[in-house]
Amino acid sequence: MSGPSPASAPDAILLRTSINGDAVSVAVEPHHTLLEVLRYQLDLIGSKQGCDKGDCGACTVQIDGKPALACLTLAVHAEGRAVTTVEGLGDAHGGCHPLQDAFDRHDAAQCGFCTPGILMSADSLLRRNPRPVSRDEVREALAGNLCRCTGYTKILDAVVDASEVMHGHGSDDAKKEVAQ
Amino acid sequence: MKIQPTPRSPLHQPALHESGVRHVTGEARYVDDLPLPPGALHGVAVTSPHAHATITRRCADAARAMPGVHAVLFAEDIPGSNLIGPIVHDEELLATTLVHYVGQAVAVVLAESLESAQRAAAAVEVDYEPLPSIQSIEAAIEAEQFIAPVHVIARGDVEAALRQAAVRVTGEVACGAQDHFYLETQAALALPEENGCLTVHSSTQHPTEVQNEVATVLGLGAHAVVCEVPRMGGGFGGKESQATPFACFAALGAHATGRPCKVWLDRDTDMRMTGKRHPFLGKYEAAFDADGMLQGLWVKLYSDAGFSADLSLPVLDRALFHLDNAYFVPALRFEGLACRTNRPSNTAFRGFGGPQGMVVIEEVMNRAAHALKLDPAQLRAKNFYGAAPRDRAPYGQEVPAEHNRLQRIHETLMRSSDYAARKQAAAAFNAGSAWVKRGLGYQPVKFGISFTKSILNQAGALVLVYADGTVQLNHGGTEMGQGLHTKMLTVCAHELGVGVESIRVMTTATDKVPNTSATAASSGSDLNGQAVAAAASEIRERLRPVAAGLLELSEDEAADLRFEGGVITHPNSAKSVPFADVAHQAWVQRVSLSATGYYATPGVGYDHATGSGTPFYYFAYGAVVCEVEVNGLTGEHRMLRADILHDVGTSLVPTIDRGQVEGGFVQGVGWLTCEEVLFADDGRPLTTGPSTYKIPAFGDAPLDFRVDLLPKAPQPGVVHGSKAVGEPPFMLAIGAVTALRDAIAAFGEAEVVLSLPATPEAILRAVEHVRAG
Repeated sequence: MSGPSPASAPDAILLRTSINGDAVSVAVEPHHTLLEVLRYQLDLIGSKQGCDKGDCGACTVQIDGKPALACLTLAVHAEGRAVTTVEGLGDAHGGCHPLQDAFDRHDAAQCGFCTPGILMSADSLLRRNPRPVSRDEVREALAGNLCRCTGYTKILDAVVDASEVMHGHGSDDAKKEVAQ
Repeated sequence: MKIQPTPRSPLHQPALHESGVRHVTGEARYVDDLPLPPGALHGVAVTSPHAHATITRRCADAARAMPGVHAVLFAEDIPGSNLIGPIVHDEELLATTLVHYVGQAVAVVLAESLESAQRAAAAVEVDYEPLPSIQSIEAAIEAEQFIAPVHVIARGDVEAALRQAAVRVTGEVACGAQDHFYLETQAALALPEENGCLTVHSSTQHPTEVQNEVATVLGLGAHAVVCEVPRMGGGFGGKESQATPFACFAALGAHATGRPCKVWLDRDTDMRMTGKRHPFLGKYEAAFDADGMLQGLWVKLYSDAGFSADLSLPVLDRALFHLDNAYFVPALRFEGLACRTNRPSNTAFRGFGGPQGMVVIEEVMNRAAHALKLDPAQLRAKNFYGAAPRDRAPYGQEVPAEHNRLQRIHETLMRSSDYAARKQAAAAFNAGSAWVKRGLGYQPVKFGISFTKSILNQAGALVLVYADGTVQLNHGGTEMGQGLHTKMLTVCAHELGVGVESIRVMTTATDKVPNTSATAASSGSDLNGQAVAAAASEIRERLRPVAAGLLELSEDEAADLRFEGGVITHPNSAKSVPFADVAHQAWVQRVSLSATGYYATPGVGYDHATGSGTPFYYFAYGAVVCEVEVNGLTGEHRMLRADILHDVGTSLVPTIDRGQVEGGFVQGVGWLTCEEVLFADDGRPLTTGPSTYKIPAFGDAPLDFRVDLLPKAPQPGVVHGSKAVGEPPFMLAIGAVTALRDAIAAFGEAEVVLSLPATPEAILRAVEHVRAG
């Protein structure tokens, strides 16, 4: 979908939710998805619409810390919950999540369109596993995220590297940079 | 982020992607992310449900009366020309009396929300009288429906070679379509300007074509239209010519309503309306001598062009130009025909016909290896281009032996991948495993670089230096994820001797660089790189005397000045001055701080009539060894390992090039294994989303992926010794087919017959055929 929702429509519902730590009240239409509200009412355009069917993962956000496909989630489902989008990913890490840093160091984003969704899925994996993760674990956790540019290897490298950085086993380069 | 700007030249170094930080923070805006101005409308096309039909009635009365609807436009509402097309204008933007494929646009609805536009589009009444349709290459051949006369490339006496052959291989090979599946679907936003002018933000690889076609459709001069491309979420050729109609819809809407208009396709609509990689059918006869030397090759190639010309003829040309791949063919006759069918017009896709041509010769090689009982890698290496007289491509161009890297890559890769030992290990594994078999494939690639339509080999740039020493860089190329902006940033920083952080790459726009070619044919970096270097070095040379004046140096001493790391230094005296101070002083002295750069590739040209010439400036080379494991009960397979050695010359930015190699290979493997475009018999598309059309996912990439760039391989005459990289690695994926055949062969004695794409069903059929012996 595309375009601002007519939030003044008669059947609009007031949605009260938390987005990236901010309390948000917004009038939404009951049939609009969380992705539409994020993108076209709140201008949080980091979450992308790749297929509108829950198959490509480009719209992945987190609801109460768990990955969710914003294109298959009605906006009203976020009532009283905490939504995190890529725009808020760095908040708990002084503005830059180790994943974001690792993606840049590994050149893991080419066109960048799938990147926000992959970051949100990967962050969820890393928070479920407070230890360095294996490539197989990353493959499984990201199985629902498609990328057409990279061939996936650099993304695998970046996620594994970020998990190692977060737990003190990073590559020499990464450790040096973290020390700085 | 934490990559620090390099103190000296950033050329040939790993680099942070130009948009890297914005990619990972979600800040990077694509067309659908641009803020919509107040009053903006959304455009939706009304499309044909028939593959071929006469339009008998059109009525939009009900649709026009619906709330929020501002306009419903038919062909007669177009103020300029209704005919568009990248080479010949043979497509109606909006169909008038006939429709030629399911999904062809008949009308455009403009409404205040996408939902109201979609509802109104469904309410537009169009009546059709269906006509018989052509739904396959075979049916088009039968009906003699071709886009153009046959294109022939020939030399020597191929009949004699076939008569005298020790081993003759004859057959047919077909390869299927491929959807581009750029993650960002087609999108355009048209903004009306004063005096009837427009700015169109488009997700296009070819902003000049959008500018020209919008102007044509609206009956305006090109100067009335500006096309801007912020960035694309993938292109792969699918936005070379086929972004244009959607930009025209948006522009038409803006022109008709006076409001900003956006056209954005959902995935389903995108996959229904747009063309794919051309399916091909190749019929071949090949002659080998008893030692396995190729003596002659006859090939007749047919492509499925879809309903219009689009880029089908140059795609067919490139397919013919790559029927040789890496091998010298003494006698040959290649014929090519593009078939007209009732399908969306098939279009550019990474490799541009090259992969479809190579699939034919590689099938020949695999079958000949079986017949000759030779290792397929050895057979291929035997037949490489080499010293004269084995250095002439079928169209007569020299494949210069001194720049031919096939043998070097082959020898290095055979060693580094441990090919021979792993072949033995796979055979040992297979002897002990009844239902799971392993196989290896080796694939060399030689790919011609340049647009084969020679006039397209030109590019421009515009560099602006401000008095504080910061720089804006404009070039004619578009960024679609291939890293072109990062490379251009690097070239500009090198020429001016400043850090990349003081240069801003501007949005690609036709009011900065005019008359550009599409960012396509792997040429973006070669062409635009030279133009950027020309513009930036011109400014540098204007700054040289200014810096010399500030440093109180003579004219001779000025020649020694070095521009590096944001400082201009005289090495002998160690005197130096910051670049910013020199820029300021240049302004004070009234020296121009802006320059255009221009480049045209020298010496390329091809004569269609004689099938000969020099279509390519040079050739790119690479090779892969890959290993697969096939399950004979399910037909599933996985790629255990892939070793690639690829020639990118002296890489401008090795991290970017590596990404192109890895991504191209996996995309190629997708085309040849899991990606299957299906249509119903009546022409309805059946694969219109990722639930029915499978592109490679995380689990489909090689489990062990080893990619190396060929060291010490500068390419003369190309910007800083680099080489094009966008397309060539795609064709390495044909090695996956050889590996699958090798594994399938281990299930029995018969020759492998494997159809493409090698889906689990196709592999299972092939296994059962081999087992049946």
